[in-house]
Amino acid sequence: MQTNPHVRVHDLSVSYGSTPALNRISVDIPEKQITAVIGPSGCGKSTLLRAMNRLLENSDGVSLSGSILIDNENIYDPGRDVTEIRKKMGLLSQKPYPLPMSIFENVAYGPRIHGMKKKNEMAETVRHYLTISGLWEEVKDRLHEPASRLSIGQQQRLCLARGLAVEPEIILADEPTSALDPKSSQKIEAEFKHLKNRYTIIIVTHILRQARRLADYVLFMYLGELVEHGPAAQIFENPQHEMTKEYIRGIIS
Amino acid sequence: MRSSFNKFEEAVFRFLMIVSTLVVLGCLFLIIGTVLFKGIGSMDLDMITRTPQGGYYLGKEGGVLNAIVGSIVLTSSATAIAFLASLPVVLYINIYAGKNSRFAELIRLSLDFLWGIPSIVYGAFGFIIMVYFGISASLLGGIITVALFILPIMARAMDEVISLVPVELVEASFSLGSTRIETASRVVLRQTLPGIISAILLAFGRGIGDAASVLFTSGFSDRIPLSLTQPAATLPLAIFFQLGTPFPEVQERAYASAFILTIIILIVSISARLLAARFRRHTIQ
Ligand SMILES: Nc1ncnc2c1ncn2[C@@H]1O[C@H](COP(=O)(O)OP(=O)(O)O)[C@@H](O)[C@H]1O
Ligand SMILES: [Mg+2]
Repeated sequence: MQTNPHVRVHDLSVSYGSTPALNRISVDIPEKQITAVIGPSGCGKSTLLRAMNRLLENSDGVSLSGSILIDNENIYDPGRDVTEIRKKMGLLSQKPYPLPMSIFENVAYGPRIHGMKKKNEMAETVRHYLTISGLWEEVKDRLHEPASRLSIGQQQRLCLARGLAVEPEIILADEPTSALDPKSSQKIEAEFKHLKNRYTIIIVTHILRQARRLADYVLFMYLGELVEHGPAAQIFENPQHEMTKEYIRGIIS
Repeated sequence: MRSSFNKFEEAVFRFLMIVSTLVVLGCLFLIIGTVLFKGIGSMDLDMITRTPQGGYYLGKEGGVLNAIVGSIVLTSSATAIAFLASLPVVLYINIYAGKNSRFAELIRLSLDFLWGIPSIVYGAFGFIIMVYFGISASLLGGIITVALFILPIMARAMDEVISLVPVELVEASFSLGSTRIETASRVVLRQTLPGIISAILLAFGRGIGDAASVLFTSGFSDRIPLSLTQPAATLPLAIFFQLGTPFPEVQERAYASAFILTIIILIVSISARLLAARFRRHTIQ
């Protein structure tokens, strides 16, 4: 099942100072599927994800070349509004970082800065996205408590709801379950499966089994290179590249 | 062998901890105790409700209301100005320039340097500026000088807390499509509010207790200042003048004034702590 590419990375290179982190990556990420980025730690997975959200330019000494097209527009074109680009994507980090405010305000934050004013519309929005992220039942009676009081697993789902509330097209998740217990990880994975009908999901993971469970499409990276990419079945059952074979078999990790 | 050494080590540290705690608490009580003991005889309602009457410094009637009001008005205004001036700088170096950038380090270095300058130098500097602009010793002169004096203290204290905000938190806000200003005002400030309140308090405390910076710049008057251009009395100078008289009963009033100053600082400290605790519940660890 081949779908349209949603994100097209073309000849992307990134280096931190003089250390190269990504070397001429080109790949098309399919729309409304789960794409897993796998590879040993330090191979540039996070860097690739951050490049898509234009978060790299906040660090000192980062140089970047190449292009990333989302809906056929290069997000690195000068003059593109970076907040509009980021609005198209929801980001989940390794450890959840709720905003320093209440559960309700966390979800309302995005819609509010993008201009939503009506109170009942906001309440409805918050309820909607907390429901989608599977948190509503657990928090509906304490929406105005600080988000910091939730468990880590709940915080991660709150971050998911918060990201979805700005109505992105793409979800970027960088090892979103690595700080979570198995039960919470399972919940997040289940959410992702639900969400893939409506969103393009790109998940970085170093857990091979997770990639097997979730991915429709897989990118395998090694030392800043994109070694191999393709539909999940192909990468897992019939990898072409020697390095991919070894990684899949657990020889390198 | 090893475990007995560990025990010994632990005993030494425990001893040091107890001693240093006692030294700190001892100093605190000794200071408050001395001030209270020496000033209690003169501590009456007049002290805080009346201004000096004729012959006050010779031992006649009155109080130091002029200095209480002067100190509070002067230091609050200076604190407000220092806050308005330092907040943008601190947010700028941490969110726009980048907290590890060269520019941020340069600003920090300058602030540290300014922090180290003694307040008498600020007083002298303020005095020269006032002469240049033709301002005489007044409430305004004192406010400007104290604001300059406490600005580096406040800015550095705020910088310490703001630079501790996790990058991921800032990025989380960015990734929701918010601008730097929205991120600074809605996320970073909320996260650091308790620390910012402490920074303001620290600066206020330093400002209200300092005599040298107001010595040449705010003047001194027995009346409560009614405008910015009138001279204003302050508690540190009131203490200084009263201690300088040859009359024991006036010197005793100096201690009573010192006690009042201590109480003001105590009240501000405690209320700031309570306030900070209220905002801490949202802080993300
Ligand atoms: N902010 C940074 N400054 C300098 N080097 C970095 C920075 N972030 C990542 N790197 C380096 O870039 C390479 C790729 O890192 P990263 O994208 O985080 O890999 P992964 O997510 O696959 O573990 C690593 O060698 C890492 O040390
Ligand atoms: Mg990573």
